[in-house]
This record gives sequence, structure tokens and C-alpha cells, in this order.
Amino acid sequence: MNWLTNFVRPEIQQWVRPKEVPDNLWHKCHQCGHMIFHRDLEKNLSVCQHCGFHMRLTVKQRLDMLFDDSFYQRIELPRVAPDPLKFRDSKRYSDRLKEAQGKTLEQDAIAVAHGTMGGVNVVVAAFNFQFMGGSMGMAVGEGLVAAAELAVLQDAPLVVIPSSGGARMQEGILSLMQMARTTVAVDRVKEKGLPYIVLLADPTTGGVTASFAMLGDIHIAEPGAVIGFAGQRVIESTIREKLPDGFQRAEYLLDHGMVDMVVHRHRLRETLVRLLQLLRHPKPPGEVVPLPREPILPVDGDGRV
Amino acid sequence: MNFLDFEKPIAELEGKIEELRHLSDTDEINIADEVARLQAKVDKLLKSTYAKLTPWQKTQVARHPDRPHFSDYVAHLVEDFTPLAGDRAFAEDRAIIGGLGRFRGRSVMVIGHEKGRDTESRVRHNFGMARPEGYRKARRLMAMADRFHIPVVTLVDTAGAYPGVDAEARGQAEAIARAIESCLAIRVPLITAIIGEGGSGGAIALAAANTVVMLEHSIYSVISPEGCASILWRSGDNAQDAAEALKLTAQDLHRLGVVDLVVPEPLGGAHRARNQTMDALGDTIEQSLTALLALDGGVLRARRRDKFLEMGRQGVH
Ligand SMILES: [Zn+2]
Repeated sequence: MNWLTNFVRPEIQQWVRPKEVPDNLWHKCHQCGHMIFHRDLEKNLSVCQHCGFHMRLTVKQRLDMLFDDSFYQRIELPRVAPDPLKFRDSKRYSDRLKEAQGKTLEQDAIAVAHGTMGGVNVVVAAFNFQFMGGSMGMAVGEGLVAAAELAVLQDAPLVVIPSSGGARMQEGILSLMQMARTTVAVDRVKEKGLPYIVLLADPTTGGVTASFAMLGDIHIAEPGAVIGFAGQRVIESTIREKLPDGFQRAEYLLDHGMVDMVVHRHRLRETLVRLLQLLRHPKPPGEVVPLPREPILPVDGDGRV
Repeated sequence: MNFLDFEKPIAELEGKIEELRHLSDTDEINIADEVARLQAKVDKLLKSTYAKLTPWQKTQVARHPDRPHFSDYVAHLVEDFTPLAGDRAFAEDRAIIGGLGRFRGRSVMVIGHEKGRDTESRVRHNFGMARPEGYRKARRLMAMADRFHIPVVTLVDTAGAYPGVDAEARGQAEAIARAIESCLAIRVPLITAIIGEGGSGGAIALAAANTVVMLEHSIYSVISPEGCASILWRSGDNAQDAAEALKLTAQDLHRLGVVDLVVPEPLGGAHRARNQTMDALGDTIEQSLTALLALDGGVLRARRRDKFLEMGRQGVH
């Protein structure tokens, strides 16, 4: 695409194309092909009401559905040096980045927010698949490190929601290093005795799966989500065999011992809340609860933060 | 209701009671009298039969198809039960179920064998006989409980670890060994209840606990009576003799110091009054848990290790 297709064509199209139903009002289910009205889809948390297919969510949808009263605060993430390798394939990586930023209005493929779920303080790091396939480069690494640090600071559990094709090739070896880096980050949370929960959304593959995403205390997967290391086409061309139905799907991972549960999106929030309360409020109400070991926020003598 | 061989006279009397209850056109008062008379007879017979069960009969009661299973106890005693699956290496083994839940207001990790109830669920749970993955899952969940300072309750009900080629290939023995090691390593209270069969290594893998509780008619043994008979007597027909010799009853094991507490079962066994049995076991677990929660993690661990270090050192009391 160039400036012409980018800026001129849409206008021409508007002018040429006959007025019809705007396409964003109706969504086609990738699994069963049914057309679904956008309001129905929204009400149903982007699950097809005909076949139960779980469509990918935006970061905003994801955060809205999980936090109490859809209330949370997003934190600004530290900026990283863009395009460290001055990488270009058919296009400059720096241009791809700008394009993704323009399309998603996000800096990179991860968002970090904190708030409460069932009254329990939680930090969430959610991947944005719309941003370059949710691929993990330095900015995503930075986001996970920031989320982990915030969880430790707030003495709060960390919930990470990957939805990613894997490492970001355009950052080369530096993206590979994020696998080690994010491992340190989530281990810090675990070392503090805080729960680390991974909610595996479609798709979780490559270097993302092979690092922080498989290190949770508890792994929850959405139905049908593709979760694995190597891509299916790579495997098929290597072994020269057709892969079985359901290969690398959430249910397959459950049978193979990799996830604790496969949970329908409608029951995701209540499941998370139940787990967080079991882990964070282990004692019967009324029993004396010892003060937390560290203050949640630094408070001065007047009680002001 | 399923009846065991030695319950035949009881079954006959209860059959008569059923028949009488269905006779509506005769004199109702006479029927009521007769039913009451027969019921008293049944109770007396149950009492006398169950007071002097032989080890072999106890083995049958412990395996009774209507006896409450892991899933029954969890449904009855644990709120918000959230099963956690997988060994994070090879498979989800449904012969052992584990998860977080709330027992009498307190978060607990509950782990145990599930034998299944009908053909379909028995196959799914592999009749409660776990492969290495089951023990590796148990180990993972014990470590998780330890990390979050949550007590562990295990319910043992297995004929033994699954004897299969695949299980051996993936290290059945190693998996059991590691599970025992985990039981002895954690710094949170660990309570085991043997609710049916405590079969061999498959049982001790979950049962090296601070407090080991046994239901009155449960059994716990190094080998099944049938297995022992076929090895030592060279005939499975001698299972009754083996059951006697093995000292596998709750009463014998309590005497040997292997079991800390024996919970009495309702008249005629757990299968005749399931809720009453489950409540009684719940009360005992709660009492044990309360006592253990007063202890520091290091003390819990040290006492557990010392307890098993002493096993057999003093001989039989
Ligand atoms: Zn559909």
C-alpha cells in the first residue's frame, strides 16, 4: 500500500460504492458462518450464539469483562527504543509499527491495568492481537516487567492474558531475549508468594507460550483457543502428515496436562473471582487476619499517600 | 441398594419390608406392626453383623459400590470447589482429582482418588488407579498449596497405582516417590482420610500426613488381599486368608500406630447413610485441621517427618 491506497482509495470507494449496510454492524462467525448482529455479539461477549465459537476480543473488551463494574486504571508503559535493528522486509519495521499504532491507537501489543475482581486487588497484562499479531518485542517485555513490578508493589495477584503469534521477528534476537526477561518478571511475583494466573486466549503460540505463559500457578484457557509452540503449517511440512482435528486446541492441552481448565467466556470472570478469593481470603470471615507484611502504598505520618 | 454376600439375611428381611409396604389393601395397622417388627430385626442383624466383620468382609464393604466416593465428599463438604488439572508434562489423569475449595469457611487444597460410579465414569477415572501423571499432578497441587499457605486434605480410595506398560515407561515408581516426598516436605497441615481402599503405593503417595484418619470399615494395605494370596499362597482363592494376615482393618492399623483416628460408620456401613458418614468425617477433619493450624509450618513439617521416621521402630504396641 502507498499513500494513494491509504488515503485516496477509501474516499473513492465511499464515493463509488453504493450505500449498503455498513459491514461493522454484522459479523460473520468464522466457525459456522452465521451472520451475527453486532449488539447481540457484544451482549454475548463475542461468543457466537449459534456454535459457541469464541472470537478474539479487543483489549478494552477483555478488561471491561473482567474487572468489577468494568472499572480499572490503565498504567502508562515505559517507552522503548523503536526498531533497534533498523529492520526491513518488504516494508520498514518502523513503518509497520506506526501503522499498527495508527490502527489500534495503542503504543504496542500489551496493555496493563489494575483494579479489583470480586473485591480482590489484581494487576492484569492483556495482549492486543490486533497490534502486529500480539507479537512480543521489547515493548511487550517492558509491559510484562511493569505489570509484575506493579503486582509486587501492590501486593496483588498478576493475571496475564496472552493472545500472540509469538516473538516479534522484526526485533530479532532482542525479541527472543524477552522470553528470559518475562520469565524473571513473573518469577518475581511468584517469589513474593503472590498468585500468578495465565488466561490463555486464542492464539498463544511460539515464544510467548514457551516462556511466561506456561509458568502460571493456574492456567485457564478459553474454549477452542490455539495454544502451542510450533505453528501447524511448520509441523505439517516437517512431518509430512496432516494434523488431527483439535490439535493444539485448548481441550487438547487440557487432556495433555498443560492447562488447569477450559472455561467458557461467560464463566470466566466468576471463575477468576472464585480462585482469587480462595487464594487471597483463605480464612473464614471473622477470624483475625494478620496485617500484610508490607504496606500496600507508602503512607506518611498524616495518612496521606 | 447393592447387597454383599454376607448381607443376604438382611437383604431378605428388607425385601419383605418392601413387599409389605406395597400391600395397601390389607389392614394397615397390622402391616405397620409387622414392618416395625421386621425393621427392629434388620437393625439387630445389621448391628451384630457389622460389629464382627471379618477383614475380608471389611474389604468388601470398603469396595461397596454405594460407598461415598471422593466426588461425593467434595460435593457434600466443600464449597466453591475448583478442580485444577494436569501434570504440566504429559496428561490430565482423572484417577486423581484435585483442586481448591472452601471447607467449613477455610480455603483448602483437596486431592484424592476417584473410582467412578457407573461404567462410563469408571473408565474415565480408570477405576481410581492413577498413572504417573496423577501423582505428578498431586505433587504440583501440594506445592501450590504450600506456596499459598493453604492446608491440604487428601481422600484415599484406590486399589493401587495402575499396573500398565505405559505407566512404567513414564516412571510410575518415580512419580509415587516424588509424591511421598512432597507430602513430607510441605509446611502446611496435611490431613489424609482413607475413605475406602488404601491400596499400596498408590495410597501412601497421598497419605504421608500429619493426621491419618480412617473410616471404620476402610482398609489400608501394602497389597490387595487377592494380590497377596496369589503371590504367597499361589492362589487367588486364599484372599480371605491374606486379608486376615495383612492386618488391613482400621482397628488393626490404629493399634499399629499407622492410623491416628478411626471414624465410626453408621449402622450397616457408610453406604447405608452416606450423608451421615460424610458429616462425621467432615467433623473429624475439621477438628484435626483446627489443631494443626495452631502449629508453625516448620513444626508441622518436622513432626510429620519424625512421625514417619518412627514408623515400625517401636514394633507393635
Ligand atoms: Zn458460529
